[in-house]
Parts: sequence; C-alpha cells; structure tokens
Amino acid sequence: MQRSIDEINNKIKDGSVVVFTAEEIIDVVKAKGVKRAAQEVDVVTTGTFSPMCSSGAFLNLKQPREKIKLGGGWISLNGVPAYAGLAAADIYIGATAIQHNDPRNDNGKPGKFRYGGAHVIEDLVTHKKVQLSAGAYGTDCYPNKKREDWIDLADTNDAFLFNPRNCYQNYNVAVNLSDETIYTYMGKLKPKLGNANYCSAGQLSPLLNDPYFRTIGIGTRIFLCGTEGYIAWAGTQHNPDIPRLDNGTPRSAAGTAALVGNLKDMHPEWLRAVSFTGYGVSLSVAVGIPIPILDEEMMAYVSVTDADLKAPVVDYSRFYPYGEGDPKLAEVSYAELKSGQIEINGQKVPTGCFSSYVNAQRVALTLKAQIDQGEFFLTQPVSLLPGPADKKEK
Amino acid sequence: MLKTKVVLSFPPSSVEEPITYHLIKDFGIMVNILRASISPGKKGRMVVELSGEESIRSQALNYLESKGVEIDELAAEIRYLENRCASCTACVPVCPTGALDVDRNNWKVSFFEDKCVVCLSCVDACPYRAVEIGPE
Repeated sequence: MQRSIDEINNKIKDGSVVVFTAEEIIDVVKAKGVKRAAQEVDVVTTGTFSPMCSSGAFLNLKQPREKIKLGGGWISLNGVPAYAGLAAADIYIGATAIQHNDPRNDNGKPGKFRYGGAHVIEDLVTHKKVQLSAGAYGTDCYPNKKREDWIDLADTNDAFLFNPRNCYQNYNVAVNLSDETIYTYMGKLKPKLGNANYCSAGQLSPLLNDPYFRTIGIGTRIFLCGTEGYIAWAGTQHNPDIPRLDNGTPRSAAGTAALVGNLKDMHPEWLRAVSFTGYGVSLSVAVGIPIPILDEEMMAYVSVTDADLKAPVVDYSRFYPYGEGDPKLAEVSYAELKSGQIEINGQKVPTGCFSSYVNAQRVALTLKAQIDQGEFFLTQPVSLLPGPADKKEK
Repeated sequence: MLKTKVVLSFPPSSVEEPITYHLIKDFGIMVNILRASISPGKKGRMVVELSGEESIRSQALNYLESKGVEIDELAAEIRYLENRCASCTACVPVCPTGALDVDRNNWKVSFFEDKCVVCLSCVDACPYRAVEIGPE
C-alpha cells in the first residue's frame, strides 16, 4: 500500500479524506490492524502545547516620519530589551528576555520573573499596545536618535514568530535527589525525590509519531498558534542519533524543529507566556503536525501509545547542572508518568507535567477538523529533517 | 488594569527613601495606602493596594525588590483562574491536599476550594500564573 501527498490533497479537496488524531488512531489500529487501518486512513493529526524557551518573534516596525536606524542601537518593549543588531527597522524579541530592573535570582530567593519577552509577544497577539523605547546613533539617512512611543501589531509591517527550537521529540523526567528544593526549567523540584516533572504530549506529540522523520521536513505546513505555520529547518540541538526502542522512538530527547508563522494571524488562546519561579520566562505555543499515512510503516509509527514511549529520569540537583552522579536514574513510560506516580529506587514519586495534554488534544482535533473541512492541505517537504545515520545506510 | 494588595516590609536603610513617590512618579502606579507603620531607623511595614498595567506593575515590583523591600501578598485564599489554567498538571504533585487535582479521564485540572489549606505551594509551581493569592 502506497499513498502520495497529492492523492491525500485530492481527497481533502473532494471531501473524502479520512483523518484521525494520534490518540483516536490507537483504537482504530487495535480494532482493524495496521494493514487495514493504513488502507482506510489518510492522515493522522498530532498536537502539543508546552513551554519552549527557544522562541521569539521578528518585528519590522513602521518608521516614524523622521526615520530611525535601530540596527546598532537599542530598543525595549514594555521595558524588555529586544535585539537590535539587524537593519534599521528589524528587531527580534526573544521569549526569555526580562525587564531591565528585574532582580532575577539576586535577592537571595528564587526570582518571580513576572514579565518578559514572552509576555510582550502575548500582549502583541492580544492586540495590546506596548511601550517602545529606542535609541540610535543617527546617520544622514536615519537622523532620529530617540523614539518613545506606544505600538501594537498594526504599527509593524511584518511580525512573525520564529522559534529556533520546538517540538522536542521526547524529553527528560526531572527529579531532585538533594536535600533542598530547587527551581529549574522543569519547575519546582522538591527535595529527596519529592516530585517528578515531565514535559511531552507522549502519544500525541508530533515528532514521536514520525520517529525517523519520514514525512516531516523543511516546508511542512503545520498548525501554529491558531494559524498555519511552517517548519523552517531542523531545530537547534536536533539530534537523531539517540538510542531507540524497537518501535523506532528515541529513548531520550532527540529531534527538534524550527518553526515560523505569521504573528498577526495568531490567537492568544494558542500562545501563552509562562514564568518559572527561580528560572525565568518562557513561551508556550500550540503546534499540530499532520502525518500523511504514506504506507503501513507510517501507520505503525502513529499507532504508538503512551505505554510504548519511554523517557529517562534525570537528577537536576547534581547530574544535569554539574554532570556528577548517575546520568539516568530510571526509564519510565508515559503511561506510568500519566498515572500520577512513578517508582524510582523503590520510592513512589508523584508526577506533574508542563505540557498540556488537554490543549494537545484540542490542537489535534482542530487540525483534524480543518483537514476534514478542506481548509488545510498537506505539503511535500522540500527536504526531510535529518534522520539517524544508521537508518540512512539501510 | 490589575490590582494587588501587598505587605511591604522595609529594611531600616530604605525607610528614608521616598518609595511611594517613586512608585507613582516613575511608574505611574496607583498606590492606595491601607495601613502604615514607619519610623526612622527601624524596619517599616506598609499595607498597600497597587494598581497598574501588568508590565508596569512588574517594573514597580522589580524596583521595590531592588531596594530591599520584601513583598508579601496578603494570603487569605487561593484564587484559581480557570481561563489562565492550561491544565498542564505542574501544580498537582506539589499540592499536599489534592485541592488542585487532575481528572485522568479528560486531563482537566480542577480546584476544590474546600480542600485548600492556603499553603501557597502551587503559587511557585504554576508557570501560567493561574493561581493567585487572594487578600485578607
């Protein structure tokens, strides 16, 4: 059985396309088997909604009458510094940037990180005005040296989200072996294995449903924060050469994707700033990737369940920060993590998550509905994300 | 426009500083002083209501912290803001009483006010700021 992207798009056009979410497909495959399910189903939709610090937005600001060259100068939005090392009107606001006067972690207690770049991006998407302060050195063609203003998205020519890394294919489960509470990007971790935090949509997670990147690559059209976006490149830290289970999925963090989409079309429901006490600011975005069922092999990949996916348990008090001690305390399945409790060294540890499964389900269902209604067409990637070296040789 | 009631505790060194002036003049914060006890050379305490846009209020609180002022929110109850909650479940393992819990059938997080003992553990654990400290 073989199916092409063109065939799928023709079925989307004539309304005969059959779509399930990566959660729904599990029961379909259980009932019908991989072979029949592959014959009957054209597309499986995935979804995730989770914080990722490697996020930000490019803005091109409309010039005031007397023009200003921001490149080489400085700019802040609501007191949060943005990057001004580009052309006269282009800036990049990164999710983790924080206000100049934020005390960070310097007051002898974990900082609150109340407001940062991610909050600026969320405010812009909510169509709020943000306070712009900028300074420049002035040139013959851009004489203006100072700009104080209130701007919103309508005051930009272009605004697009560009996240260098998203959609981590699997991730660590974080615990704390020390005697004191620690504050990390995996949240507040209580001492002596007081809790275990994980961050993945598991069976709904986009890249876990195409573990070898047979369908996902540069140019793949995706659901991004309520509008369409694209995969621009392999994400930073993309590493396909990770030990894998028999079902092909990596046993720890592996592939990633760089994402791009028009900020002006995004919806605040699908983009949220987050503040991690003692760590910093980050941005949660909703991402859904459609997986075309090209053949039976793809159907087998998308039918993985939480019980088939495993993540390493890592100590964030010694191993992660200092590289000391046991690199992996245990390996647990997402089904165990989702039960609310895992066992590490004989101790029962309660689990919490940062990836919203409810929102991941909503993303996958929304994308399914868009494909069903002929509003979203699949793309043939220009180039697939790099797969593992040993898989290539086969 | 957001409002918060907070207790500001001043170290003796900053009692001489016109902090309320700076809050109003530099940040445009509306300051409503509800209670104050300030004497030169001693630790001061002030209960205030601060109102202002989120990004401005954040800069004002940053300023206070940089001056060594301790900020404690008046804790009488935990308010659960359902529209901010992403049901990520980060709060669930840190809540000692099950007041914040997830239904593992539909993955929706709920707050059961009668079980909450206002220990505030969830406040640091929630990245979406979906739990707020409610005033006395």
